[in-house]
Amino acid sequence: MFKQSLVLSRQFTRSLATAANAKPSLVKSFKIYRWSPDTPEVKPKLVSYDIDLNDCGPMVLDALLKIKNEQDSTLTFRRSCREGICGSCAMNIGGRNTLACLCRIDRDTSKDLKIYPLPHMFVVRDLVPDLTHFYKQYKSIEPYLQREQEIPDDGKENLQSIADRKKLDGLYECILCACCSTSCPSYWWNQQEYLGPAVLMQAFRWLIDSRDQASAKRKEILQNSMSLYRCHTILNCTRTCPKGLNPGRAIAEIKKQLAFD
Amino acid sequence: MFANRFALGIRPVLRASSNITARKTVLKASLNTVSTTPNAEDEILIAQRKNRPVSPHLDIYQPQMTWYLSGLHRVTGVFLAAGFYGITCSYAAASLLGLNFDATVIYQTITDLPDLVKYAAKATIAFPFAFHFFNGLRHFVWDSGKELYIKGIYRTAYICLGLTAVAGTYLTFLS
Repeated sequence: MFKQSLVLSRQFTRSLATAANAKPSLVKSFKIYRWSPDTPEVKPKLVSYDIDLNDCGPMVLDALLKIKNEQDSTLTFRRSCREGICGSCAMNIGGRNTLACLCRIDRDTSKDLKIYPLPHMFVVRDLVPDLTHFYKQYKSIEPYLQREQEIPDDGKENLQSIADRKKLDGLYECILCACCSTSCPSYWWNQQEYLGPAVLMQAFRWLIDSRDQASAKRKEILQNSMSLYRCHTILNCTRTCPKGLNPGRAIAEIKKQLAFD
Repeated sequence: MFANRFALGIRPVLRASSNITARKTVLKASLNTVSTTPNAEDEILIAQRKNRPVSPHLDIYQPQMTWYLSGLHRVTGVFLAAGFYGITCSYAAASLLGLNFDATVIYQTITDLPDLVKYAAKATIAFPFAFHFFNGLRHFVWDSGKELYIKGIYRTAYICLGLTAVAGTYLTFLS
């Protein structure tokens, strides 16, 4: 009985919230790339916004939303899921491409945080890049299952062994945020013809899928000097991927497959 | 037509209209939908891109071992090739034109140089050569599908730089 009341009282004291000490403000300045199509004659510029980090969520996306809510509602950027699964908020933060929602704000207030749109892309507005061409390139590799006989004999599923399924791990998780492609210097200079790491990794994903039967055609699409071979193994792609995937390795594997063709 | 152009962001850079008419067109434009075909869409995109700036790239991207070493590999390659072709071509040209530029002359000019200049000249060739050589081997390792993950990329980078320092120094002081 006594024991029970002790436990109860302990729980009671625990549930009592003690008033948190008001934290001193910790102001960091964010320098954000701005350009508006309404005033195309005005050159793009960096605009500085001050944020109290103790009154803001931990991620860069929180800071951007806070600026948009409280300081400048014209600030434009893409965002959706806020948990790194949609790939909308891909941008160049502190010099490297990543997702704003997965990028912690460095709490060192002596340094500014610079935020740019994804590098070497046409800017629609502020932090919104034009990804039309990127999506077209993705479409060009025909990223879907292709088989001679679409429905298997049993009329149900195209089966795959556990080992074959495992080959797709680290490839299918790509969310096409374009962080890797736009970190690649080769892609900067040859965007029109070179497919870029994100799209090539998906090309590989379909090349090694045991259920797919269009490998010959898929390889033929890549067998030219530009589509694949503009990759010079710089590996900025692998370095920057916010999902921890490895496009550089995937491209090297495609090169190996084509070499033995 | 103007309303559509405004909505699509392909308005010419010079603003012809006053603020008030511009505001009216915004209102009107926001109520319009534009029906297009894929081909017409392409044309709209091309027109839009004439107005759009390209986002900054090389000068804002974080310095990283990956692309810095890749750049260095290319620069050293171009430098070594230029030196090689420069010397061999001028050698050939000199003999065709009957100029006094042969092995003995080159040997004499170089031995007459002060030591400091000699070592500086040797270092400017030895270090780029050593780096290009070892980084080339690093690329062969990658092409065989190995060391292609962050840890491997950095490990091979440091090994390559270390070997460059050793081999470059050795070649510089090789007499």
